[in-house]
Amino acid sequence: MNFLKKYLDRVRPNFEEGGKLHAFHSVYDGFATFLFTPSTTSGKRGAHIHDSIDSKRTMIIVVAALMPCFFFGMYNTGYQHQLALGIDSFPFWDMMLYGFLAVLPRVVVAYVVGLGIEFVVAQWRKEEIQEGFLVTGILIPMILPIETPLWMIAVATAFSVIFVKEVFGGTGYNVLNVALVTRAFLFFAYPAQMSGDKVFVPTGSVFGFGGEAADGYSCATPLGQIATQTSEQITLTGADGQAITSWDAFVGLIPGSFGETSMICILIGAAILLLSRIADWRVMLSVFVGGLFMGWIANSFATPTYPASYLSPIDQLLYGGFAFAAVFMATDPVTAARTRTGKYIYGLLIGVIAVIIRTYNNGYPEGAMLAVLLMNCFAPLIDWCVVQANINRRMRRTNVISKNA
Amino acid sequence: MAEKVSNKSVLLNPFSKNNPVIVQVLGICSVLAVTAKLEPSIVMGLSVIAVLAFSNVIISLLRNTIPTNIRIIVQLVVVAGLVVIVSQLLQAYAYDVSKQLSVFIGLIITNCILMGRLEAFAMANRPWPSFLDGIGNGIGYAIILVIVGFFRELLGSGTLLGYQVVPQACYDAGYVNNGLMILPPMALIVVACIIWVHRSRNKDLQED
Repeated sequence: MNFLKKYLDRVRPNFEEGGKLHAFHSVYDGFATFLFTPSTTSGKRGAHIHDSIDSKRTMIIVVAALMPCFFFGMYNTGYQHQLALGIDSFPFWDMMLYGFLAVLPRVVVAYVVGLGIEFVVAQWRKEEIQEGFLVTGILIPMILPIETPLWMIAVATAFSVIFVKEVFGGTGYNVLNVALVTRAFLFFAYPAQMSGDKVFVPTGSVFGFGGEAADGYSCATPLGQIATQTSEQITLTGADGQAITSWDAFVGLIPGSFGETSMICILIGAAILLLSRIADWRVMLSVFVGGLFMGWIANSFATPTYPASYLSPIDQLLYGGFAFAAVFMATDPVTAARTRTGKYIYGLLIGVIAVIIRTYNNGYPEGAMLAVLLMNCFAPLIDWCVVQANINRRMRRTNVISKNA
Repeated sequence: MAEKVSNKSVLLNPFSKNNPVIVQVLGICSVLAVTAKLEPSIVMGLSVIAVLAFSNVIISLLRNTIPTNIRIIVQLVVVAGLVVIVSQLLQAYAYDVSKQLSVFIGLIITNCILMGRLEAFAMANRPWPSFLDGIGNGIGYAIILVIVGFFRELLGSGTLLGYQVVPQACYDAGYVNNGLMILPPMALIVVACIIWVHRSRNKDLQED
């Protein structure tokens, strides 16, 4: 690592004021502080909390927590492809390689477009580059169907980075979760490419690797299948036509968006986030409680009009993006509620609304995305009410004391 | 009016510096509702220009005889009469467009721009400047409508005035129309972009 540090120190003068590469100084700053903790700290004035972990280190831990899901997504992509082809003798590494090749262009596009915009804006405003996009860039391919066209990812990423983040003032000022807005944009702008039974299982070869599935092959996600069923007994089929059990959904070998299928990997990620205290357990817990509660209510009043209400509360958590949204989206410290009581309210409502949307609106098989975005909008209001309630309570207390005195 | 304003600035100011939509932020509902296609946007713009100009003139002529207490009622009656005429004309000569615009022609009555101009200008000025003011504000509104309609139809449907402009080759190569552009939220974003460009060109309009 030392030679990297020396190299960075050597090229630094080029990027300082008057240096020949000054135009790219924000790029240099971005990479230098990404690789090494900066030596400068905040000044002596004012109150500062000193901590060895800065926003860049925080982001990297989140990315690390996403890695189990990411690797599993690669494996699952290859696995689903193999099922679609009808072969069952794909070696493990072939599946990993297929998944890697399938997802790589999507990661590259998301990062190039998003970081490109961030670098340009930082340069233009003469600010440092914030590493907020580090997490967003990896989240975007993970919450999209694997077959999403690359140019759509580029358009949606550009839209959400500009309109959700930069116009509000950049990292730390966004009201809505940037990765989720990217998905919402795609969901509403290009519904045919974002839902249905053609996009979640990769059917073609990637860079000449893999094979072509039979024409007209299709397989929807479990939630997509549920939304169209009419009988009380829900039957779910995987990419090979076999039935899907709750255990499959727990392990994650089901069709779905790239990174969100495996409950096990999401739980590993949740453990990393909780042990490092990056994410707040209050939000996570209350989202799950809210989902269970609403799932139980929906299940108690199950009707054939809303087939998803036949899912047991546990299955509600296992299928679709619910757990992923609870662990990685709802806990985003920028867009979540900040007060303690607020976090419980915020999380509970996300869980409840997610299940309400997916159960009682057959047009939207998955509601976690919309629930988190909706509650993002309400988070500041929740915080305001909690703080105001606190103020009122203390006011009452002082009034009582002054009356007694 | 405190200071004398020239007829020219009465006519031209609302185009840009005092635009009813992007500076005064009036009449937003109809901008969201009718701009999914370019043709209804143009028709809607023309209807508002006509109604605004003539109601301004009529109110200006009546301004000294209207009792202050009931002026809003009188203004509404005048505007409602004009709107009915426009609506009937559209149904007679442009039936398809009038069906697309549906209720929004009728809702010109409640368009904030109209009440705003009648209250702020026509009640205090002579008929000719009032006429120019109505034309100016109407055009200012129509410009924004047409810009928004242009982008929404181009990106949302790939057509302009119903003619396909995005070549078929693009669709064959995998291009897909942006369905979000057809939905009203995108009109807000397009209006926001226009305001963004406009404010960065006119620094004196920027708020802190």
